[in-house]
Amino acid sequence: MSVGDEGSRQARPEKVARPEKVARPEKSATHPFDRVNPVSKLGAALLLAACLVLTIDWVSASTALVLELMAIPFLGVRPREFWLRTLPVWIAAPFTGLTILLYGQAAGNVYWEWFAIRISDGSIDLATATAVRVLAIGLPAVVLFITVDPTDLADGLAQVWHLPARFVVGALAALRLVGLFLDDWKYLELARRARGVGDTGRMRRIPGQVFALLVLAIRRGSKLATAMEARGFGGPTQRTWARDSRFGWREWAVLIAGLMVGMIAIAAAVLTGHWNFIVG
Amino acid sequence: MTEGSPASPARVSASGWGWRHASRERWAVRDLDLTIEPGERVLLLGASGAGKSTLLQALAGVLGGDEEGESSGGLLVDGAAPTRTRGRAGLVLQDPDSQVILAKVGDDVAFGCENLGVPREETWRRVREALDAVGLDVALDRSTAALSGGQKQRLALAGVLAMRPGLLLLDEPTANLDPAGVIEVRSAVERVLERTGATLVVVEHRVDVWLPLVDRVVVLSPEGGLLADGAPDAVLRAQGRSLAEAGVWVPGFPPPLPARRRAPGAGLLAARELSVGRDTAIREGIELTVAAGTATAITGPNGSGKTTLGFTFAGLLPPIAGEVEATGELRGAAGVHPIRWKSRELLTRIGTVFQEPEHQFLTATVRDELAVGPRALKLPAAEIAARVDELLQRLRLDMLAAANPFTLSGGEKRRLSVATVLATRPRILVLDEPTFGQDSRTWAEQVAILAELVDDGGAIVASSHDRLFVEALADGEVRL
Repeated sequence: MSVGDEGSRQARPEKVARPEKVARPEKSATHPFDRVNPVSKLGAALLLAACLVLTIDWVSASTALVLELMAIPFLGVRPREFWLRTLPVWIAAPFTGLTILLYGQAAGNVYWEWFAIRISDGSIDLATATAVRVLAIGLPAVVLFITVDPTDLADGLAQVWHLPARFVVGALAALRLVGLFLDDWKYLELARRARGVGDTGRMRRIPGQVFALLVLAIRRGSKLATAMEARGFGGPTQRTWARDSRFGWREWAVLIAGLMVGMIAIAAAVLTGHWNFIVG
Repeated sequence: MTEGSPASPARVSASGWGWRHASRERWAVRDLDLTIEPGERVLLLGASGAGKSTLLQALAGVLGGDEEGESSGGLLVDGAAPTRTRGRAGLVLQDPDSQVILAKVGDDVAFGCENLGVPREETWRRVREALDAVGLDVALDRSTAALSGGQKQRLALAGVLAMRPGLLLLDEPTANLDPAGVIEVRSAVERVLERTGATLVVVEHRVDVWLPLVDRVVVLSPEGGLLADGAPDAVLRAQGRSLAEAGVWVPGFPPPLPARRRAPGAGLLAARELSVGRDTAIREGIELTVAAGTATAITGPNGSGKTTLGFTFAGLLPPIAGEVEATGELRGAAGVHPIRWKSRELLTRIGTVFQEPEHQFLTATVRDELAVGPRALKLPAAEIAARVDELLQRLRLDMLAAANPFTLSGGEKRRLSVATVLATRPRILVLDEPTFGQDSRTWAEQVAILAELVDDGGAIVASSHDRLFVEALADGEVRL
């Protein structure tokens, strides 16, 4: 797979002399938003969600959604990538709404009734409020995380939030195994066909396949652990960080923007009299 | 430490040292007396189970504490216990995939320095130096997943090197690589040793790879202690035969090759203008015809699509374009295209042996494992029992009939995975890298079984980058 790379390497030997730079070079591609510390993006998404789960009404959710849709074009996400990654949210929102429309608590006029299904003024309101809310919480969460690099997130969690390095770095390394597990799973599937048991009982085979995957996972995991330990991981020395994770004005700005969207949404709901506190 | 001041080479000494894993009765290493002077380059040999890997892990300080096992005697690196001298010894393991730790090349190399508490500027200087020393000239933010096997092993070597170890420990670092990868890694190690003068201990089945680089060969005995220790020529002259019999690849002692009858029969399966790949084509326009009584090798470097071609030919993956067609002789009552056959219809026609035996194990005992195929064919119970017993005996698995397949040794797993496929007597056997990383004994056994199969009128198609295997067996070759 890297045959081509080797070729291009030999073709450009002058690349060997690389200028001395202290920090890891930045990604070549990039929008300023990509470089915002992931910890701040995570915080903004959490603050926004926290504001929006306090109430359930259509005004706050719509206000937040409109503000978000105005902001998203400036976050450097390509349209194709935006639609592709947020597709699940666009599918989930109307389905959640539909469920509540049919089964939500009835109030006011009842328009249609059939067994447990009852569509009423109340369930229509609730359905709209919920569907828009799923979008208002889901879309920014996805958009904020499209640009997050797991390594940068781990650096942030450990250096900014001071979570234990052992835990954060361990999780980060384990994440890299996921790709190998997906390959394993494909091989397990093909092997079932090759062994003559691939015609029926696809669901029944799953426990066996999961067990085989688990055995492979433990083996890979313990090899990875040995490799990490051999490089001094988990030793008594205080760990240093090769990459600096900063929390500066840009990070505060993103965090405050998230909070602002949430607060404006709440204010709109309170001022228009739609505020509907979810607890009690 | 400043640039250009590598750590001094380390000294190793063992006196009556031994180690027993907590779950085992047998000592993995026992009564070991050995001194390795700073700067020596040692090739460590021994039969499987002689404790070579255990010794390397102990020297790297990663063998674990009292709950992992029991030790006896003393083992010292620079006069201190290896667990206290982390960073003095750097270990590179066999499997390229399992020792890549982070997603980007630069970060991965920096990982060891971070753990040793090296300041940031110094870390990145060392990262660049290490990548340069192993000749891995890729961008620091290059994805580690996109590297070839040889590049991954050089990456692991760079990661170890950045820690400035005085002792370099290599545990079969080239066993999973194609010939080009082997050379890549060997020359990288050579350069590193020239620059650092570090002490080297390398474990490897294939002696010829490292012979030009080492100045001492040490042979561990499975019964404990050393079988031999000295200059490479002298040790190999004295111990060559017994090492070869124990499965070590010793130059001048090739494994026995079977005589082939070579009598091709009727055509069985053909590929026409075949394009293969998982989602998009990685190889196009492949023509291949397989006849009874022949062996065909698919060769080419790692990542060239050998496995994908094998699986497509075997009716497991759909062609991207073109056709795989079975002749009347092979298909019988089934259709023309193997990919449309039912899983059960494949059993008597095309069998596939996977590179990783564990991918194809389905049951909890060796005996049940062998019966899976015959049961799927709904053969009578007596017939199933007869076939299973015959295979258990022929492939020397009879003592293991009640064992769990996942607990077998590497060579045993390999034999079982071949046996499970033979149980349904397919006309064609497709194998994926059947000799990958094997010792010479398992290798010879497997080649003998396959030769017998072909001369009995079967056909095999094997993807392989093992030249000796191709020469011993193949009647035809497809080069990718």
